[in-house]
Amino acid sequence: MVRRAFSLLLILALAGIFFSILKGWTPMTELSGVARDYVANEKEQLGAMNLVTAIVVTYRGLDTLGEVTVLFLAASGVAVLLRRKRDEAAATVKIKRAASEIVTTGASLLSPFIVMFGAYIFLNGHLSPGGGFQGGAVIASAVLLLFLAHPDYKLKHAVLNIIESFSGFAYVLVGLLGLFLAGGFLDNRFLPLGHFGSLLSAGAIPVIYVLIGLKVGTELATILENMKGRAL
Amino acid sequence: MILGVALVLIGFWGLISRKNMIKMILGLAIAETGLQLIMVTIGYIDGRTAPILDGAVNTLLAVRQVVDPVPQALVLTAIVIGVAVNALMLTFVIRLYQKKQSLNISDYKDLKW
Amino acid sequence: METIMIILLALVMLAAALATIHMKNMISAILAAGVVSLFASVLYLLMAAPDVAMTEAAIGAGLSTVIFLLAFKKTRDEEVENG
Repeated sequence: MVRRAFSLLLILALAGIFFSILKGWTPMTELSGVARDYVANEKEQLGAMNLVTAIVVTYRGLDTLGEVTVLFLAASGVAVLLRRKRDEAAATVKIKRAASEIVTTGASLLSPFIVMFGAYIFLNGHLSPGGGFQGGAVIASAVLLLFLAHPDYKLKHAVLNIIESFSGFAYVLVGLLGLFLAGGFLDNRFLPLGHFGSLLSAGAIPVIYVLIGLKVGTELATILENMKGRAL
Repeated sequence: MILGVALVLIGFWGLISRKNMIKMILGLAIAETGLQLIMVTIGYIDGRTAPILDGAVNTLLAVRQVVDPVPQALVLTAIVIGVAVNALMLTFVIRLYQKKQSLNISDYKDLKW
Repeated sequence: METIMIILLALVMLAAALATIHMKNMISAILAAGVVSLFASVLYLLMAAPDVAMTEAAIGAGLSTVIFLLAFKKTRDEEVENG
């Protein structure tokens, strides 16, 4: 009872803090300084149609590199903690009920198209809403569909590992190219900016976003596979 | 804005008051959603359109026509990191469960004295 | 019109969040948390943030719900095996 009262008190204190912040809040009517600069000069500087993409990949590129690192660490943490012991893997050969034929055929037929849709999303990340993270999540959901349809579906770990490490390495490499050939680390202007609004425009932004998409997709798929384990 | 604050409060209430560890992580996830909602609301300007420079937005007048893209970029990263961290926490829960066969947080008192 | 929609979405989200905390059945609670994420993504779309809406729908509502369900299934399975 004391514990409950104490937690209620804590929540009320938090509510008080939020309320005092909320009282002084008025909706913005103008863009703030940094944002105004980004919006006004982005077309000449980077040439990407989607401003959010431009900020994520270039203006705040270092943050995104750090984020991908966090994702990688989380994925490896999950893999290390949930690794299967040898005897445990040998002991679990219980027969699972397979999904019906319609489900398995449909899943096998559908998943390549889902992967293609994910690739479409991250290829067009600089033109329309979407990008590496969304496309990666869509690819991971294709993997999830395969897992649901085939209970003992195995991922090809070697291929996944190669894709993941290659894209991580190439991401840093593209950033270093920007450092040497253009203004700074992760600068996208060492490739021509191209025609504004076409697929091959905005310098290196599509390249970086494709790499991010591959990396996020493989990492989320690995997390899903490890979480699945033998439970499903 | 008020909704975001309310979600944060509900989430923390869940985090503190529940004993089931998966419920606690769910509470944390809801608080996360609330915080992200607050951040997007801060960047929203009434009557403006999304920060994409297509035909609907005059490029020269873009400063007056689009909402603030910086909080949106931040929230984008926050969501992805959030799900990775949730997965890591759930992994710890699974390992703890394999040790003691219990999801109740009160059963884990090894570090108390 | 838009204001009414936002208020409706907000009410549903609050109800789903409370349901998440108070439901006894764990699977319903996880699905309610997924509902919160889904409506949050609709709300992002109304607030002119299509990128964030897409991420929230794909990752928040889709993947994280599945991860929670898998973790729950995993803890349940062990229970059955160990009597």
